[in-house]
Amino acid sequence: MTIKSPKDFWAGLMFIGFGLFFAIWAAKFYQFGMSHSMGPGYFPTVLGGLLALIGLVVLLRSLAIHGGKVPRFHFRPLLMVLGGCVAYGYLIGPAGLIIATAVLVLVSALGGHEFRLKEVAILSLALIVFSVLVFVKGLDLPFPLWPAMFE
Amino acid sequence: MEILHNLVLGFGVAVSPINLLYCLVGVLLGTLIGVLPGVGPIATIAMLLPVTFSLSPVAALIMLAGIYYGAQYGGSTTSILVNIPGEASSVVTCLDGYQMARQGRAGPALAIAALGSFFAGCVSTLVVATAAPPLAEVALKFGPAEYFSLMVFGLIAATVLAHGSLIKAIAMVILGLLLGLVGTDVNSGVLRFTFDVPELADGIGFVTVAMGMFGIAEIISNLEQRGAREVFVTKVTHLYPTRNDFKRAWKAVLRGTGVGSVLGILPGGGALLASFASYMVEKRSSKHPEEFGKGAIEGVAGPESANNAGAQTSFIPMLTLGIPSNPVMALMIGALMIQGIAPGPQVMTDKPELFWGLIASMWIGNLMLVVLNLPLVGMWVKLLTLPYRFLFPSILVFMCIGVYSLSNNPFDCLIMAVFGLLGYVCAKLECEPAPMILGFILGPMMEENLRRAMLLSRGDATVFFTKPISAGFMIAAIVLLVMIALPNIRKKRDEAFAEEA
Repeated sequence: MTIKSPKDFWAGLMFIGFGLFFAIWAAKFYQFGMSHSMGPGYFPTVLGGLLALIGLVVLLRSLAIHGGKVPRFHFRPLLMVLGGCVAYGYLIGPAGLIIATAVLVLVSALGGHEFRLKEVAILSLALIVFSVLVFVKGLDLPFPLWPAMFE
Repeated sequence: MEILHNLVLGFGVAVSPINLLYCLVGVLLGTLIGVLPGVGPIATIAMLLPVTFSLSPVAALIMLAGIYYGAQYGGSTTSILVNIPGEASSVVTCLDGYQMARQGRAGPALAIAALGSFFAGCVSTLVVATAAPPLAEVALKFGPAEYFSLMVFGLIAATVLAHGSLIKAIAMVILGLLLGLVGTDVNSGVLRFTFDVPELADGIGFVTVAMGMFGIAEIISNLEQRGAREVFVTKVTHLYPTRNDFKRAWKAVLRGTGVGSVLGILPGGGALLASFASYMVEKRSSKHPEEFGKGAIEGVAGPESANNAGAQTSFIPMLTLGIPSNPVMALMIGALMIQGIAPGPQVMTDKPELFWGLIASMWIGNLMLVVLNLPLVGMWVKLLTLPYRFLFPSILVFMCIGVYSLSNNPFDCLIMAVFGLLGYVCAKLECEPAPMILGFILGPMMEENLRRAMLLSRGDATVFFTKPISAGFMIAAIVLLVMIALPNIRKKRDEAFAEEA
């Protein structure tokens, strides 16, 4: 047996995984109820089962019908962009908007093709000034600018 | 005459200086992101949602709506001048628009696109104004069974009209429905799929999901593609179309407006579908199909009118039923809910100034666009020379601020990153994110209506087929599914989306 359409094969697996997870989890922990008084487990169990079933169809079709290969994953932009966002969220409270913005711009820029430190520095500065003026001063969003110990 | 009275009320609201200002801000921002490739209306509206917290509901909706239809104007400019569609809905405009520009007729192409869009905007504003009130009246009579069937129909239609694999789109809808259930179950108070994370008790914020699936995933995908964008800007010399241009274009504008207005209302419809369908219609009905792709003015006039008409009429289901037909409308519903307004047919009677103010502002916004856009063409094109390496960190900063400010909780940034990852994986596996977002929004509503309907019918599922309106939606959904399964129609559907590839 060969996989003729890798894209669909993996998509099918993904759907089966999500479907089974939701269905089993809901069936195990939430009351199913009856059709005239549905419990919290009813809808997710049914939907999860349906999703797993559709996933199975997608998976089986991928063994029969030819389709595209899965394009290569590029991990550098992926990790840098996602990491930058998470870092921003967890830095802005304790370290303040200025440091969080600089870190986000720096980290995400490392995910691009060209990295010029001078440009990144200027861009960070511009974005910090803009954020402070528009979001903190203009819209009154309650963000600290600097780490709490310096304020 | 009631409609006249209502429109007067609407214009009274829309021309107040503050609302005019937000309309202007909206359409300018819309044009800006329409020009810039890689920044779509979904991510932009999601980014700006926090900004709208402090506005009045009318001003918030006026600005967000301006972004959506403004993007249709901006997208056409870059399609014509530099062969880069700034917006997915102007991909087809590249085909003939850029060819016209190469023949030195960029001016007429831009002018026809703008005038066609304006005409379509006027007509579709009227369509919204006349079609919405009776629809809302009908919708007021809907019970849970009707709502459930309507949502089933809507979701099925959305998958049929989306491009790509149908079965995968349905799977994505169900995944969205499931993810929408995360949080506290309103009926029993049980926490579902929260894994003892307190932040998940209120559910996953859909703004966060939308930004992750569309914004973040798009940036990562853009960063993969090597090669600098080179921009050769054609000089725009004369703007006015010739008499012959008008003669050829006016019918296309009419047809595009019609096609766009109808497709915009359908679930899953909107600007994107409208422009593709209109191009097909023009090519089929033309006496000179061979000119298409070589600078036929109909190929610009039709789709450009259609995408603007579609963008506007897609407000109808949102305003009358409280049901989004595409992700942009889902965000609008989110904006309303943040303002404490439950979207649905009662909005029109409870808040007429909101409803009619928005409609009037659409017409004003279209006027602003046509007046502003042509003189500003040069400026917009200059923006294109801005390299992506400056653009994407800026977008990320705005997205992170937007998401963080929703509840000042770093957890939201984490969730956005998780959905960014999911969006990236889905893009690799050719699974469309749009159906998932619709399912995500409708998940809790669907469950609620299903429960109520089944409770009222004492567990009898045939209720969905014995109530006439509900049966109508269910039958329509089944017919759609059967139709798409037929090989002949399936081929046509694939053809319609083939231009995009």
